[in-house]
Amino acid sequence: MTSKLENKMLFGVPDNSMVFARGVKKSFGAVEVLKGIDLTVQKGSVACIVGPSGSGKSTFLRCINHLEELNGGVLLVDGEFIGHDYRNGRLYEVKQRLLCKRRADIGMVFQSFNLFAHMTALENLIEAPIQVRGTPRKLALENARNLLERVGLSEKADSYPRQLSGGQQQRVAIARALAMNPKVILFDEPTSALDPELVGEVLVVMQELARSGMTMIVVTHEIGFAREVGDQLIFMDEGVVVEHGHPRDMIQNPSSPRTREFLSKVL
Amino acid sequence: MHLPDNTISLERLVVVKRPRYRLMIGTLLTLTLFYFMFTAIATNPAFGWPIAKSYLFNSTILKGLWQTLTLTITIMAASIFIGALIAIMRLSSSKILNSFAAAYIWFFRGTPALLQLIFWFNLSIVVRELSLTLPFIGTLFAIKTNDFMTPFFSAVIALSLHEAGYMAEIIRAGIKSVPTGQSEAASSLGMHPALVMKRIIMPQAMRFIVPPTGNETINLLKMTSLVTFIAVDDLLYAAQSIYARTFETIPLLAVVAFWYLSVVTVLTIVQYFIEKYYGRSDFRPQPILFNVFAIFQTKKIISAA
Repeated sequence: MTSKLENKMLFGVPDNSMVFARGVKKSFGAVEVLKGIDLTVQKGSVACIVGPSGSGKSTFLRCINHLEELNGGVLLVDGEFIGHDYRNGRLYEVKQRLLCKRRADIGMVFQSFNLFAHMTALENLIEAPIQVRGTPRKLALENARNLLERVGLSEKADSYPRQLSGGQQQRVAIARALAMNPKVILFDEPTSALDPELVGEVLVVMQELARSGMTMIVVTHEIGFAREVGDQLIFMDEGVVVEHGHPRDMIQNPSSPRTREFLSKVL
Repeated sequence: MHLPDNTISLERLVVVKRPRYRLMIGTLLTLTLFYFMFTAIATNPAFGWPIAKSYLFNSTILKGLWQTLTLTITIMAASIFIGALIAIMRLSSSKILNSFAAAYIWFFRGTPALLQLIFWFNLSIVVRELSLTLPFIGTLFAIKTNDFMTPFFSAVIALSLHEAGYMAEIIRAGIKSVPTGQSEAASSLGMHPALVMKRIIMPQAMRFIVPPTGNETINLLKMTSLVTFIAVDDLLYAAQSIYARTFETIPLLAVVAFWYLSVVTVLTIVQYFIEKYYGRSDFRPQPILFNVFAIFQTKKIISAA
């Protein structure tokens, strides 16, 4: 197993990078969904990934925490591989226990919230800290209450997911990811399943999170959010990164005709 | 038509329900039918109710009841355990494990319970003795099949394996009913697959597993009466042994029915509370008793405010 420093030297990972992807490939059967993704996300920055559906945005996001296994390329989070270890020129699949340990540092927020349906909001927040990290229950509860307050849902602590609106569920889901003190949070179309009037409350929480210095990778259709909050905008199409750059520059002056065409449809 | 203002108080507005004639007639017919059936059975001396009553707490009957309960509990526990194993194999990514589980379910669900029962009871014809012999060490133990394949033990083995086929399908369906997003979310939080199963999947799958398992338990309770074929002294066997002497067949069958119904009633209540526990995240209490005369009411005051 190589150290972070060795990984950085071997693969040329720049300092200060949280997520580093080079030549990431992924196929489902005969269909190649990712055809070699290169991407670097700086620590404390917000990267927004946009693109038409089927472009591989979500698949790439799921590769970062190894919910999908890569078929090629390298992907390092904070200088470490997630599902593999590099030894003697080979990538060895890691033991489940180690994979879990590394995943615990990567938060994820899903399009369909995926709150644990049999647990209250508060129970959703304390589950992983207690079961995975071994945090004492009292401390976990204290953290959870603080986080619920931070997302403005203190009074919903004892509600079950199905008693909450979509926007409230997604805010609890963000708090649940935060409860593990992750290094980075992956957002997989966090507002796509919400009624239009509920999108705002989730974006406000995400904006506050970005301001607090959290590293975030957001797959989204909210170009407005990307422009206001994003440090980097990535446009993906057909399994490749077509263009990336500073959001304002890219939205005002896209260099690729495909980017221009896509942006003209969503703006 | 002109309606003068402020003459109708909305709070006291009476809503008159349309009379449900068909429902009323159906209800009355059913009640009448029930009355005639009840009196026909209660007053027919051939049922021998006083005799039945005298056998209700007969020691042979109670011993039989105990045997039936022991069988049901043992077999159910074993079949849930084996069924869970088979279900997990059935959901495994290994084609071999998967096919083995499918074959198990196909075989044990596909042949009659009675056939399996008689086969295990007669195992000694196929396997004369069970022994474990290791090279260089010699025979560690050897027992004659007939010595351990008692009627009770063969009943437990046969019905457990049979019932496990059903339980495997119930558990598999329950696990599959939990959306994949639940385990993805748990994995993304760093939970180990075994922990995901225990803490996230199973508690939610239980809501789908409990009702059919209750059904199976009730089925099994009655299915254990098959063991009378291999002379296990269960509830039905006890009754048979009495009426073979006294010829009070019908009263004793009534006693057996009474005990089966009593156990089923208890099981139903237990199931209600287990369902309530696992459904607590969205439980709305079902009315056990409801107003039987509701359909005959045609007036109801509804506040419009």
